[in-house]
Amino acid sequence: MENLLWLIPALPFLGALLLILFGTRLSRMLVAILGVGSVGISALITILLGLEFLANRPEFYHQEVWQWFNVAGFTPSIAFHIDALSLVFVFVITFVGALIHLYATAYMAEDQDFSRFFACMNLFVGSMLMLVMADNLLLLYLGWEGVGLCSYLLIGFWYKEPKNGYAARKAFIITRVGDTAMAIGLFMLFQAFGTLHIQTILTEAPQAWSVGSQMAVIVALLLLGGAVGKSGQLPLQTWLPDAMAGPTPVSALIHAATMVTAGVYLIARMYVIFELAPLAQTIVAIVGAVTLLLAGFSALTQYDLKRVLAYSTISQIGYMFLALGVGAWSAGIFHFMIHGFFKALLFLCAGAIIMALHHEQDMRKMGGLRHKMPVVYWTFLIGAASLAALPIITAGFYSKDQILWYALAGENGNMWLYLAGLAGAFITSIYTFRMVFMTFFGESKTHLEHPPGKVITIPLIILAILSLVGGFIELPHNFGHVVLFSDLLAPVLPGISANEGLAANEWLFQLLAAVVSLGGVFVAYLFYIKSPQLLTSIERSEFAMALHRFWHSGWGFDALYDALIVRSYVFISKLNKRDFIDSFYTGLARLAEGFHVMFSETQNGVLRNYVAGIVVGAIMILTISLFL
Amino acid sequence: MILVWLIVILMAGGLLAWLSKKVNPELPRWVALGAVLLDLILIVYLWISTEATTGSAWLLRYEVPWIPQWGVSFSLALDGLSLLMLMLTFFLGLLSVLISWKEIKNKVGFFHFNLLWVLAGITGVFLTMDLFLFYFFWEVMLIPMYFLIGVWGHENRTYAAYKFFLFTQASGLLMLLAILGLYFIHGSETGSYTFNYFDLLNTPLAPDAARLLMFGFLAAFLVKLPVVPFHSWLPDAHSQAPTAGSLILAGLLLKTGAYGLLRFVLPLFPTATVEFAPWAMLLGVIGIIYGAILAYSQTDLKRLVAYTSVSHMGFVILGVFAFNEWALQGVVMQMIAHGLSTGALFILAGFIYERIHTRDITQMGGFWAKAPKMAVIALVFVMASLGLPGLGNFIAEFLTLVGSWQAANWLTVFATIGLVLATAYSLRIMQKVFYEPGPRQEPLPDLNFREMLIAVPMVLGLLWLGLYPQPIIDTARPSITEQLQAYTSPQPTITEPKTAYFQKQPDPTINTNQLAINQRAFSNLQIFQSPN
Repeated sequence: MENLLWLIPALPFLGALLLILFGTRLSRMLVAILGVGSVGISALITILLGLEFLANRPEFYHQEVWQWFNVAGFTPSIAFHIDALSLVFVFVITFVGALIHLYATAYMAEDQDFSRFFACMNLFVGSMLMLVMADNLLLLYLGWEGVGLCSYLLIGFWYKEPKNGYAARKAFIITRVGDTAMAIGLFMLFQAFGTLHIQTILTEAPQAWSVGSQMAVIVALLLLGGAVGKSGQLPLQTWLPDAMAGPTPVSALIHAATMVTAGVYLIARMYVIFELAPLAQTIVAIVGAVTLLLAGFSALTQYDLKRVLAYSTISQIGYMFLALGVGAWSAGIFHFMIHGFFKALLFLCAGAIIMALHHEQDMRKMGGLRHKMPVVYWTFLIGAASLAALPIITAGFYSKDQILWYALAGENGNMWLYLAGLAGAFITSIYTFRMVFMTFFGESKTHLEHPPGKVITIPLIILAILSLVGGFIELPHNFGHVVLFSDLLAPVLPGISANEGLAANEWLFQLLAAVVSLGGVFVAYLFYIKSPQLLTSIERSEFAMALHRFWHSGWGFDALYDALIVRSYVFISKLNKRDFIDSFYTGLARLAEGFHVMFSETQNGVLRNYVAGIVVGAIMILTISLFL
Repeated sequence: MILVWLIVILMAGGLLAWLSKKVNPELPRWVALGAVLLDLILIVYLWISTEATTGSAWLLRYEVPWIPQWGVSFSLALDGLSLLMLMLTFFLGLLSVLISWKEIKNKVGFFHFNLLWVLAGITGVFLTMDLFLFYFFWEVMLIPMYFLIGVWGHENRTYAAYKFFLFTQASGLLMLLAILGLYFIHGSETGSYTFNYFDLLNTPLAPDAARLLMFGFLAAFLVKLPVVPFHSWLPDAHSQAPTAGSLILAGLLLKTGAYGLLRFVLPLFPTATVEFAPWAMLLGVIGIIYGAILAYSQTDLKRLVAYTSVSHMGFVILGVFAFNEWALQGVVMQMIAHGLSTGALFILAGFIYERIHTRDITQMGGFWAKAPKMAVIALVFVMASLGLPGLGNFIAEFLTLVGSWQAANWLTVFATIGLVLATAYSLRIMQKVFYEPGPRQEPLPDLNFREMLIAVPMVLGLLWLGLYPQPIIDTARPSITEQLQAYTSPQPTITEPKTAYFQKQPDPTINTNQLAINQRAFSNLQIFQSPN
């Protein structure tokens, strides 16, 4: 199996290449087969590889395809390294990715750029696989930037609308700001270790740097810069809500399987560096905690179904960052996987709704869909329950509870991080069920056009099942004690031990988390089903509405960046469009011309001017000689 | 002897093309095509056949006395660096003949004469090892280029041609002064008056004299490269030249500046360049950022691409003055990759101009739907220009930055920020030309076979450079080591690289750590050093 590693990213790339070259000449059926098939076979290989991995438990699989280049000892390779961590990512990317591709064949069936769509989607999956499978940071960077490119191509897929093109450029440029920080981090790592090979760096870093050394902190912060860009965390989160301009399967792919999880992967992959830089790791936790709260509040105020989901992604990735920041590595990765399932599910359901309502995305115009689309309703409900972390039955409960627990009881955890997480859980639960109630309950407002077909519902059902049972592979020790997932990751990522004093009362905190999550559902029920007049009374308050607008606009970050950076850059650029340096040279030319005009005046052939000149000159010379 | 042929074929081909117009107005195109193709075949043959024997940096030499009483000889020599530059020259030369096939309709014979003579001049510059001859070829490049812009250019061609000529000529004269200065100093010190490069290499120079002479050479090369603030001839020349002219300007003429830095400035004046290095790198960073900002607001497509050249060439000077193998390999790669990617963008502008007769991007738009093949190919070139990994420019920029990081941390940080600005202007091209609906509704024919024949090799070339650049790196390595000889410190303070855990041991023959040199080079300018 180890020899087949290269096929996992190569197949999607091959699919993309074939679709780019021949896509327009192939029938839709063939395009769909190529597009879905390439990712599907990758998923199949991954599953087989995973089974073998689970059976044999090797430390890692490694395959070098070719040496990229060799310059004075800098020898990155096109080589793949699969250990438990990358295996989890590869599994989610290929498996969820394949389901999204399948779904997209129905969703995009009417689109005239069918083959371009699948070419970009395949490229997206391929780049993301490159990112998580790379054995060195330069190859990882290739996937990293490739993901950025594909997000650009897909967010701007419906390019005729200038707004979409703007969102696409925004995504690419903002993530590139993070990438630049990361690139500088790579230069520093290379200078320190003479290589970018990940495992070498991880082995040598503890010997080269002491805990808390300045180099480690700077490198970790630079890597974090890259991670917050791709993962839509503070302060580079603004591109993600706008990324909803793309077709819904793209959103599902960006949010569940690819792109935004790249930052989580990078931090988990380079965990040694972060452990050597406690300051940077604390910042990771704080970034996560703040982001999950800010994004949660923004999600509360959105009316666009997809934007609610977008903000919820930012918020949930915030949980992952929080977990990584407190050193609960495996909890963060566990939440990534579960989030991949339920977020893909929610987006695909949203897509089914949007398609059925003829591209209506405003939740105020939805409602009463419960009976009209039962499959979508039930699967969406499962996804929502998992996102809101409803206790016992949903996978989201187990993954989120673990993060909350370690945010408090972990070695680096503290009260404030825990409270932020808990408050976030409450908000999550409210906005999630606000979404459910607004969309599926109440009276119907828009006519239903296309009821979803089988190709749409099958991925939904599979993902719904995973969103429920996925959590059972990792249960708290006082509640079943299943540790399959953390066992898998144990050789790659360090474990975490809980504070002894708190551990005895763990059940109390679990109960609290359950109550908070159910409480959120109740609040949403109160406001949106039981007594909607409460909502109208809030809307009358001037302050509440101002707050609402502020949250709705994503805490004013867009306006701030626009005023501070974008406008001033464009202003300076426009101001100097004609290049002021050139005016120096044109000035020289003018000067020469001026002299030319001046001196040619002295030779104009008019005799009296000459005479006058001679006289004036003679007088001047005489005067001077008199005085001297 | 084969080296002489490379030049003679082009010069004779140029004359023949001019004459052959009398026989048939289309014949000059075929003559020119044949001449460049012959050269390309010769150089590729040289590359393949000499790959095995890369013991010495110099692969071929040819020398006959020319004006012996002055010490002038007709001296040509080929090393890996010249070889790569020549391959680029003939490849782009071939494309420039193809690209003019339909574009140039008047004075076809004279056009191809000038085209081939520019190429001959460039070939001479890349080959000659006699400074007198070098200056001769430097001028040979200039005059036919002046005609190419002035006769076949766009609406403001006369102005652009003058400007190009004056900038290059003035700076070239300073170089001539420096060459003569070096000649006389060498003569009076050693008694042998010679223009030979290899003899002049070890001229003992007083620091002041070295500094002055270096600035003479720098004047010519920095203007040609160009470095801000000497860049302002470039946007005019590039935007007014016919497509073939822009291609040769961006792809080749700028590279002669970079080549000059590597070949002459670095080895001739080792101490003076080390002194000047921080300032040169600063100029490079200013160029990267300044060019990118200007590119963003241009509405003339060719002018926009011209400013991106200013930005990209900033990486060249940044890398050259970092004095280590990573940076210099990055520079060589940048010369080739930029030649392909920016040349390709000019070609693209040419394709669009032939169709809608404007270079104004506000008049373009929605081309993705109208001409999908052109759009996909343009996407590749635009991505190359913003440095997407997997394409040649990424390898170039990453290596340059890795190298320059070792020399100057903060400057490298600012240079890296240039990558974000590159994203902004590159995506603006995609947005305005291909995405947003434009004012014009008429259909746009997609690329035809001849145009695909031009564009596809460039795409493949960029992918090759991006995914498997090793052949280029191997070819350039001996020359780079040779240029760096003066800078290699005898005892590196940092010894062995740390043992690679999973990888095989790096080849111990390769000098893995250039840190020592750079620390020496930069210790006199603390402000450019990081706190560590």
